[in-house]
Amino acid sequence: MSITVEHVSKRFGGAVALEDVSLEVPAGSLMALLGPSGGGKSTLLRVIAGLEVPDVGSVAIDGEDVTRLPARSRGIGFCFQHYAPFRHMTVWENVAFGLKVRRRPRAEIAARVDELLELVRLEGFAKRYPAQLSGGQRQRMALARALAVQPRVLLLDEPFGALDAQVRKELRSWLRQLHARINVTTVLVTHDQEEAMEVADHIAVIHDGRLEQVGTPAECYDHPASEFVLTFLGPATRLDGSWVRPHDLVVTREPAPGSRPGTIRSVARLGFEVRLEIALDDGTDTWAQLTRRGFDELGVGIDGRVHVASLAPSAAPNLATRDVASVP
Amino acid sequence: MTGGTRRWARLTWRWGLRAFGLAYMGFLVGLPAGSVIWRALSPGVGSAWRAVTTPAGVHAFELTIEVALVAVVCNTVFGIGMALLLARHRFPGATVVEALIDLPLSLSPVVVGLALVLFYSSREGWLGPWLTAHGITVIFAFPGIVLASAFVSLPYVVREVLPVLQELGDEQEQAAATLGAGPFAIFWRITLPAIRWGVAYGVVLTTARVLGEFGAVSVVSGDIVSHTQTFTQFVDDAFTNFNTAGAYAGALVLGLISVVVLIALSASRRKEEALQ
Repeated sequence: MSITVEHVSKRFGGAVALEDVSLEVPAGSLMALLGPSGGGKSTLLRVIAGLEVPDVGSVAIDGEDVTRLPARSRGIGFCFQHYAPFRHMTVWENVAFGLKVRRRPRAEIAARVDELLELVRLEGFAKRYPAQLSGGQRQRMALARALAVQPRVLLLDEPFGALDAQVRKELRSWLRQLHARINVTTVLVTHDQEEAMEVADHIAVIHDGRLEQVGTPAECYDHPASEFVLTFLGPATRLDGSWVRPHDLVVTREPAPGSRPGTIRSVARLGFEVRLEIALDDGTDTWAQLTRRGFDELGVGIDGRVHVASLAPSAAPNLATRDVASVP
Repeated sequence: MTGGTRRWARLTWRWGLRAFGLAYMGFLVGLPAGSVIWRALSPGVGSAWRAVTTPAGVHAFELTIEVALVAVVCNTVFGIGMALLLARHRFPGATVVEALIDLPLSLSPVVVGLALVLFYSSREGWLGPWLTAHGITVIFAFPGIVLASAFVSLPYVVREVLPVLQELGDEQEQAAATLGAGPFAIFWRITLPAIRWGVAYGVVLTTARVLGEFGAVSVVSGDIVSHTQTFTQFVDDAFTNFNTAGAYAGALVLGLISVVVLIALSASRRKEEALQ
C-alpha cells in the first residue's frame, strides 16, 4: 500500500520539526528516512503513524486520507526505537496483543502467533519475558508484534539504533530478506547513511525539517540535489571550486588534461584504502582516496609533487559556485 | 594514643550507638506496645475476647471496616485517575493540584474535621442545609465519617502511583494504540498491570491510615455508641470510662491489623522492586 504525505508541517512550541514536507512512498517499497538527529525524520514517521497530528497537511495510506484517524484505526505496524515491549507479558502474549484486542478467534490467534514467531526465529522463546531477551531478540519480537495485525504499512523508528555493530549487520540483511518475503510497504528511520543505502530501495533525505531529496540510493549518491545530501551520503571534497567524491580523484606524477599541481601533505593507510591530503598550488586543500595498489604504483610519499584531476564530472555541478565548508 | 585505646574507643562508640538505638526504639515503640499486649492478654485470651466483642465493640469494628471499604475504593479510583492526569497530560493548574494533594499530609486531622463540619453541618454549613433538605445527613453520620477518612488518606495512592507512571513512560501505551487498542483496552491491559504493585502499596497505606484515623473522625462522627462510633473511638471511649479491659483488647486488635499491614507492605514493595 502506498503512503502519500502532502505539505505536512509540524511545530513543537516554537521549534520547527517539519516544514512543508511532501513525500510519496510507492507500494511495496522499503524507504529510509535519512538525516541527522533532530532533523524531523522521526516526527515524520510518527505523523504517518498517527502518533503526532500535523499542524498543516495530510497523510494518505493507499489513497485513503487518514490525517484525522487515530493510530489504532490506521492499519499500521510501528516499531519503537527501544521496542516498547509490554514488560508484564511473555513474548507470545506480546505478539498476540493486537489480535486479542481485535477479538479474533483463539485458534486463529494461536496459529498466527506461532507462524510469526517462526518468521522472526523466536519459536523457542514464546514463554520468556522481554527482560529475558537480548536486544536483537527484543527487536525481532517487536517486529513480529507489529506484523501480527497484518498492517498495511510497517513503520520502523531507528530499528537498529540500540544494537551493537555485529547484531546490527545481521539484522539489516535479515530485514532485507523479510521485506522481500512479506513485501509490505516499509518506512524506516535512520541516521546512518550506510544502513540506509544497504537496506532501502528508496531514500528520503531530511534535514532541518525539510525534505532534501528522494530517490534510489544510487541517484542520491551520484546526483545529490544539495550540498547537504552530497556531504551527508558520503565523503566529499573540492577540486577547482567543485565538489567531487575523493574516490573520483586521479592522482598522477605527470600533468594530465585538466589536472592541478599540488603537494602531498599526509598519507593515512586504512587497510585497502589510502587517504592523501594534498595542498594544491592554488592555495586550496583537497583529499583523495586511493587503493593501496594505486598508491604503491604512484610511488610518491609525503612532500612529493603530484597532479590531481577529477575522474567524474563534478558530483553536483549546480552547486559548484556555492561556498560551503567541506566535510572530510 | 596507642592502638589499644583507639580500638576501645571504636568499640565503645559502636556499642554505644547500638544501645542508644535500641533504647530509643524500646522506650518509644517496643515497651509501650508490649505493655498493651501484656495488659490485654493478662486476664486471659477469653476475657480479652469478651471485652472487645461487646455489641458496641462489634458495631464499632463493623463501622470502621465499612468506612474503610468505601474510602479506600474512592481514593484508589481517584488516585489512579489523578496520577494518570498528572503524568500524561499537561494542563493549567497542574502544579496547584499537585500541591493540594499533599495538603492532608501537613494539615492536622482536627482541622480537617472542623472544616468538614463548617461546610456540611445541617444547620449552619455552606452545603449542609441544602443536603438536609434533600434528605442527606453528612455530619454525625456515615457519609461524614467516610469524607473525613477519605480526606486524610487522599495522597497515598496518588503519591505511590505517580512516580511509577512517570518512570514507565508512555511508549508501551503508544505501542498498544498502534496495535489497535482503544483507551479502555490500553488502561486495563497495559497501564494497570504495569502499575499494579504501586497501586497495591498505595491501597495498603490508605487502608492503614483509614483504620487508624481518630482525630478528624472524632470531630465529625458524633461518637454515638453503636451508631457512629468507629473502632478507634471505641478504644478511646473504653479507656476514658475506666473499661481498661476493653481498651487494651481493642488496642491489641488495632495493633494486630498494623502487623498485617506491615507484612502486606513489604510484600508489595518486594514485588514492585522485582519487576524493575
